[in-house]
Amino acid sequence: MKTAVIVFPASNCDRDAAVALEKVTGRSVQMVWHEERTLPTVDFVVIPGGFSYGDYLRSGAIAARSPIVQDIVRKAKTGLPVAGFCNGFQVLTESGLLPGALMRNKGLRFVCKPQKLNIVNSSSMFTKAYKNQTEITVPIAHFDGNYYADDDTLSEMRKSGQIIFTYEGNPNGSSKDIAGISNKAGNVLGMMPHPERAIDPMHGGTDGLKLFKSVLESIQ
Amino acid sequence: MKAIIHINLKPGVLDPQGRTIARSLTHLGFDGVTAARQGKTIELDLKGEDKDAAETQVKDMCEKLLANTVIENYRIEIVE
Repeated sequence: MKTAVIVFPASNCDRDAAVALEKVTGRSVQMVWHEERTLPTVDFVVIPGGFSYGDYLRSGAIAARSPIVQDIVRKAKTGLPVAGFCNGFQVLTESGLLPGALMRNKGLRFVCKPQKLNIVNSSSMFTKAYKNQTEITVPIAHFDGNYYADDDTLSEMRKSGQIIFTYEGNPNGSSKDIAGISNKAGNVLGMMPHPERAIDPMHGGTDGLKLFKSVLESIQ
Repeated sequence: MKAIIHINLKPGVLDPQGRTIARSLTHLGFDGVTAARQGKTIELDLKGEDKDAAETQVKDMCEKLLANTVIENYRIEIVE
């Protein structure tokens, strides 16, 4: 599986994402600068966490309008698997690839801790390797992770299996405890937690690994 | 010509910052405050003289970048 990680000014989990992808695929990862107009030919793209463009205007808003994201939007619409973690999730909602928006945490605090998640949809291309496991623990670290969508959107997402992860104990005020969602077609994932920071026993857990393995299994 | 764009969260969207502002005002003794909503203002300096054309263009800017219409409303003022 060939993979790429997008790098924006003030991305800070780009290297973590690359290390995770390398560990799972055994191949080097292409780091793609945000001013590039075309993605290289890859099978999976990660939009990493961080504070792209200093979170100016709204988190992820400026990054979502960058040249490379325009190309990601085009290719995601024809089926390219894409995942955005933390700031990457904000970029994906801002780009319109995923429904809803991420707002300031309800408690007005930056939350940073290991977080239990429920796997709501275990047959998605991002979760199938977890098999019968229903709960994982991965770190969260965000200020703007309060997921919002209107009631109609939420019920449609629930019906079509787009709610992938929910929080066990809501840390930020998200509607329906939502931690991660996919698009309707199921090839685009956005989540606030950081699976790329849970891939080595030294991290305190390896629950994030199977997310990357799921993608690898799905496209082979 | 200038455009002043007022951006606010839509009614019904939780605004924890606004709520905290209202609470703080109450603590200061301003007990007439029942709610606060926090928004933002963006001022643009624009070329040209045609106000209608400017408004159309600024509306397009709001839809494409300045506001996130999933959660925000905007109002445009064009001034000399």
